[in-house]
Amino acid sequence: MPVLTEDRRTGAVPPPPTVPPGGRGDDDSSNSGSSFPISKGQVGVWILLTAVIMLFAGLSSAYIVLRGVPAWQRIELPWLLWLNTAILLLSSVAIDISRRAVRRNDLPSMKRWLATGGILGLVFLVGQLAAWRQLVAAGVYLPSTLQSGFFYILTGLHGLHLLGGVVALGLVLGKAIKDRLTSFNYEPLKLCALYWHVMDALWVYLFLLLLLL
Amino acid sequence: MSESHVATHHELGFARKYIFSTDHKVIGVQYLITAMFMAIIGGLLSMLMRYQLAWPQALSPMMQKLFPISYNGGVMAPEFYISLVTMHGTIMVFFLFTAVLTGGFGNFLIPLQIGARDMAFPFLNALSYWVFLLSCIVIFAALFVASGAPMGGWTAYAPLSAIPNAAPGQATGMTLWITAIALFSASGLMGALNYITTILTMRTKGLSMMRLPLTQWSLLITSILGLLAFPVLLGAGILLMFDRMGGTSFFVPAGIIMGQMPLDHSGGHPLLWQHLFWFFGHPEVYIVVLPAMGMASDILSTFCRKPIFSYRMMVYSMVAIAVLSFVVWGHHMFVSGMNPFLGSVFTLTTLLIAVPSAVKTFNWLGTVWGARIRFTPAALFAIGFVSMFVSGGLSGIFLGTSAADIQLQDTYFVVAHFHLVMAIAPLFAAFGGLYFWFPKMFGRFMNNTLGKIHFWFTFIGAYCVFFPMHVIGVGGQMRRIYDPTQYMFLQSQQVVNVFITISAFVLGAAQLVFLLNFFVSIFAGKRATERNPWHANTLEWTAPSPPGHGNFPPELPTVYRWPFDFSVPGEREDFVPQTVPTTVTARH
Repeated sequence: MPVLTEDRRTGAVPPPPTVPPGGRGDDDSSNSGSSFPISKGQVGVWILLTAVIMLFAGLSSAYIVLRGVPAWQRIELPWLLWLNTAILLLSSVAIDISRRAVRRNDLPSMKRWLATGGILGLVFLVGQLAAWRQLVAAGVYLPSTLQSGFFYILTGLHGLHLLGGVVALGLVLGKAIKDRLTSFNYEPLKLCALYWHVMDALWVYLFLLLLLL
Repeated sequence: MSESHVATHHELGFARKYIFSTDHKVIGVQYLITAMFMAIIGGLLSMLMRYQLAWPQALSPMMQKLFPISYNGGVMAPEFYISLVTMHGTIMVFFLFTAVLTGGFGNFLIPLQIGARDMAFPFLNALSYWVFLLSCIVIFAALFVASGAPMGGWTAYAPLSAIPNAAPGQATGMTLWITAIALFSASGLMGALNYITTILTMRTKGLSMMRLPLTQWSLLITSILGLLAFPVLLGAGILLMFDRMGGTSFFVPAGIIMGQMPLDHSGGHPLLWQHLFWFFGHPEVYIVVLPAMGMASDILSTFCRKPIFSYRMMVYSMVAIAVLSFVVWGHHMFVSGMNPFLGSVFTLTTLLIAVPSAVKTFNWLGTVWGARIRFTPAALFAIGFVSMFVSGGLSGIFLGTSAADIQLQDTYFVVAHFHLVMAIAPLFAAFGGLYFWFPKMFGRFMNNTLGKIHFWFTFIGAYCVFFPMHVIGVGGQMRRIYDPTQYMFLQSQQVVNVFITISAFVLGAAQLVFLLNFFVSIFAGKRATERNPWHANTLEWTAPSPPGHGNFPPELPTVYRWPFDFSVPGEREDFVPQTVPTTVTARH
């Protein structure tokens, strides 16, 4: 039996419409014809964030279960965490100012605030290490109690994820310095800001979990 | 862009084209071949187990030469048997089924069936394969460490898995196991990220979600399951690693005494590991079964020359199964000491899964009903999938009921159940998929006669192996038992064990027919001259066999209809590909 695909295609099929130019992120060349309203970069980052949130959901469910065992002992959280939290919140504000600046096409301001946000992120990470040192100085180590184990693991994992955010921010900053971000095409900055804000919110959640439960 | 893309595309060297490729088709085949290698290892381990179960005290001087420590004195050591159980389960669940169905078929089929040139993130895709390969090497290495392979079972229950000197294999072997599973999770997450993004954002013009082939729906839902389940396993693995190496006590209860020395652990919760593991573990079952369902549905419809019966219900039932799979994990823990009231809740949710599963089964029967089936090897394996899924699924109703499970748990009844439903059934779908898409992958056909021989020996062999296991399970034979003859009450059914073992050897030998057929056909099979040899409707059949770089030269296809227009009244042919405009056939 002959295959009819080919001869039916000739003539009967109108030529596919041309791809609308631009407007869907920076790496969209092969994405022709799709009517999906969200760019693949954005979908990708949301999926990544879902995975990160599930990781911490799993760990915090373990935390909540283990709170009920008799051996659970609370530890005194280092005071430095409050300062770190404020720094991380400020970094989120800086990155959001940068995102607003690029929308106005105010590129120098965008670069300045982006760099500020990244530096504040690094300060937060150094602050977290200092908080670990505070705990060690107080004689609280990883195996000391169940909660201290969770403290080191949760802050460590969050720090690693934020470090990933700092690296991404550095790459975006590199693009910005080479003037490859404009008010028409700033998706990398948008995605980076999204990731950063979620990491920020995740830290606030983890801090409250460790503080209150 | 497509025209220039093809024109400027220059020939890559062998290494870039076939080894360090970012082309989804090459990565898919890499996954397939790697998983096949792992399947051979996992299968050989099961043969050793079966030999031991049939003739527990028999001397095997040959094995003693090969494994002087594990076969000290010519008889398999009990520790080695437990290591075999662990490694067989781990390799088959993760490194064969998850890898071959989502990694192999997912990579190969997603861009082709949705009319895209490649995955959304090709580099990430290649990275996913290489991390997977690394995880294969790590788990393979666990077989060869001096202290022995891991012995915790594929579920790695704590505290056995949390204490390195609890058993010989729990030292380095278990560390390698956790490392391999962590790497595998990372690779699976990269894959899931790619699959979801690609299916959502890169469908070609006209391909709405409700025009997707069921294979694509199943891969999308599977990827979402993986995305939600694997991070939890990863988190649990991190806690377990700290218990083993950092001195924490998340999963180790207080007061454990080893070698008359109390352990320095303060009161964790061993059940917590089971909860975290099975929160991942049960969705994992559907990560394996759902792509099998999707592929079997598309293959059945093609060879029955009929539309799939009730496409929408097929999609909705897969979604229902996926949602329910996250609220049933407790049925693995009925006798663990968990609150019995929770057992009733998990019984209810578990039995609810029977509803969408039955919907799917009736739809497959409705598809086959009254059809003039073309019995190619692919069609036979798709029918075999339905048979195995029903056989294995029915025993799930017994096991999902907590009252019955108290009697049946940890017997061969469970072994029979999960092998049929989540090992043999997906295996059949994978074989069906290989016979079906082989011409598209390699531009050649697999041998039909050898394929049918392979099917009948596998079909009958699988039933001969796994059906009697129900009987000896009800008779009391324990799961993971090393020597069934050590108990008087099991001796009378030892003849069944011998029968199962002989059947397993036949089943294993039948797979050699497949391997021969597969690898010879890649180079010497009959050439697939037509693009669409099975007269199927989906987009991959409009691409050349094998498709070149970029899949669809020169233009991406446009979709006008769903993929199941078979035997449409008034049509000249009994199939209408998705690319045929509806205006030409106004009667639709």
